[in-house]
Amino acid sequence: MTTRKTAELLELYERMYLIRQVELRLGRLFADGEVPGFIHLSIGQEAIATGVASVLRADDSVASTHRGHGHALAKGVDVERFFLELMAKEEGMCKGRGGSMHVADLSIGMLGANAIVGASIPIALGSALAHQVRGTDALAVAFFGDGAMAEGTLHESLNMAALWQLPLVFVCENNGWAEFSPTSRQFVASLDKLAGAFGIPYARADGRDVQAVAKASERAVAAVRAGKGPRVLEFTTHRFRGHYEGDPQKYRDADELSGLGEHDPLSLLEPRLAKAGVADAQLQSLHEAVDARVDAAVERARKGSAPDFEAGRADVYTQTGAA
Amino acid sequence: MAEVRFGKAINLALADALEQDPAVFLFGEDIADVGGPFGATRGLKDRFGDRVRDTPISEASMANAAVGAALSGLKPVLEIMFMDFMTLTMDALVNQAAKVRYMFGGQASVPMVVRTPHGGGISAGPQHSQCLEAWFAHVPGLKVICPSNPADAYGLLRAAIADPDPVVFVENKALYAMKGELAEGAGPESIGKARTVRAGRDATVVAYGAAVHTAERAAGQLAEQGLEVEVLDLRSIQPWDEAAVMESLARTHRLLIVHEAVEAFGVGAEIAARIGEIGFDELDAPIMRIASPFVPVPFAPSLEKAYQPDAEAVIAAVRKLCA
Ligand SMILES: Cc1ncc(C[n+]2csc(CCOP(=O)(O)OP(=O)(O)O)c2C)c(N)n1
Ligand SMILES: [Mg+2]
Repeated sequence: MTTRKTAELLELYERMYLIRQVELRLGRLFADGEVPGFIHLSIGQEAIATGVASVLRADDSVASTHRGHGHALAKGVDVERFFLELMAKEEGMCKGRGGSMHVADLSIGMLGANAIVGASIPIALGSALAHQVRGTDALAVAFFGDGAMAEGTLHESLNMAALWQLPLVFVCENNGWAEFSPTSRQFVASLDKLAGAFGIPYARADGRDVQAVAKASERAVAAVRAGKGPRVLEFTTHRFRGHYEGDPQKYRDADELSGLGEHDPLSLLEPRLAKAGVADAQLQSLHEAVDARVDAAVERARKGSAPDFEAGRADVYTQTGAA
Repeated sequence: MAEVRFGKAINLALADALEQDPAVFLFGEDIADVGGPFGATRGLKDRFGDRVRDTPISEASMANAAVGAALSGLKPVLEIMFMDFMTLTMDALVNQAAKVRYMFGGQASVPMVVRTPHGGGISAGPQHSQCLEAWFAHVPGLKVICPSNPADAYGLLRAAIADPDPVVFVENKALYAMKGELAEGAGPESIGKARTVRAGRDATVVAYGAAVHTAERAAGQLAEQGLEVEVLDLRSIQPWDEAAVMESLARTHRLLIVHEAVEAFGVGAEIAARIGEIGFDELDAPIMRIASPFVPVPFAPSLEKAYQPDAEAVIAAVRKLCA
């Protein structure tokens, strides 16, 4: 029999495994030309999206980045409509007009991945402002990468969030890289000191460890929901793939690349599952179920229809019916 | 009917919108306690409390916060102190607000308004005088409005706030003190409709904002010389009332466009090009433009006088058109 704790652990594992499988599949579909454009995979970073989202409510909002598949899937977007979007189909969540960097589902508070580095932060700030003004106890989460720490929007938003005591959680996914440059060549401050300068409580946790992420997030979310103002979380993590799929990564040491496996959030959790009494066979069937779900979503997406240009043209502005 | 100043009409529109819709939220630099640098928001904080807020000097993040707030249930109205400072809000307007509806497959629109004053004539210098409305009119997804009198300032601002899509609402500084009639119980006007402010058969002069008054002055003097000019107040720049211009042109067969913004690549260029395409058969003379030269707005009163298009320039252009 699985206890509640084990069930929770399995849920976290399943979510991470889903994100992993979706993105591995995207990598292959991209290589085969079935996903156009370019995509940024979050493989290796699944624990952060999963851990943070595990403590959020449906009415909490999330603003995400160019590496946003994990955030979207963790917040609960429909997997089929997600693949339909990335495979550029009319039935996609954005009708084939946004693609990888714009997956969004406003009905579940997923305010969108975002192709502009640093934009997720003030957008989440505004969402938090709306929660505050409307008097709900919902909160907003701003996901951003280490590269966005050098954007003015972070500094402006830290100030505003503290000034207005907004229900906002800043979540930095520090994978040590911004495109092809290490963080050390981009940013001389540190996020903890920066948060401190604005009087915002800060916590750091191991971004490989979904339980550590969930624990840190739970504390932050509880404080924010209780009206104690914003919180900053920083999770250290590793980008397993290139900046984008197809990135030859000549700028990365062979050692770093070959050692990435040690940092796998799924491998880290598996022994804990075993210890908690989850049998191999149970994990196996979880894998099979998720794999089948991904397969089915891809098959459905392949059958999607081409997006309609004229319908899109009529959707630049809201149609009031007056015309 | 009551006589009100343009600035007061803005104030009344904001007050009535705040009164009627709890989702309306005002923010900007020095708008709450002091009531705005031009007094447009005076007294609103006293009436509506926390729904009218002073912000720090963080235009980029405030504008993106408006996007996030709009996506989470508010109808934010942001004041940007001078249109020159809109340069700092470009990501929010161009990449975010303008794109959301289309890019997210029609899931949502962004019901936000950015109010901002443009225009010279007060020796405010090159960074406090520009008319940058064409930039925003160039971006699919944005609406751009520029009223010329108190009644329109009221009715079009009410419409902008009620509009589901993002609107840049441009107020000419020279008009804030202008007096005009505002009807009792006035409500929102419809966006995109021009108004004939003076009828005439010899030439059509299309203008918006303060340039409408320049055109009217010119028309008055031209009438004494026996030329009857029809003056159209565009009121809305994006969308602009192509049908109204065509309808007037069918009577006058001559077209002049007047604005305070720089002539090159401006609103007049777009109107001229479009009418050249669809109205060629109606034209008895080449379309003309009177607008500012390709020079930054100067400080010295003498320089600025030379810079700004005036009634004399309009008169000369109309005489040439009708020669
Ligand atoms: C405003 C802006 N500048 C530059 C880019 C190009 N760019 C895309 S991702 C990226 C690096 C971002 O690094 P980080 O925030 O650490 O995110 P990561 O890719 O590591 O997830 C850059 C520079 C952009 N998309 N937007
Ligand atoms: Mg990074």
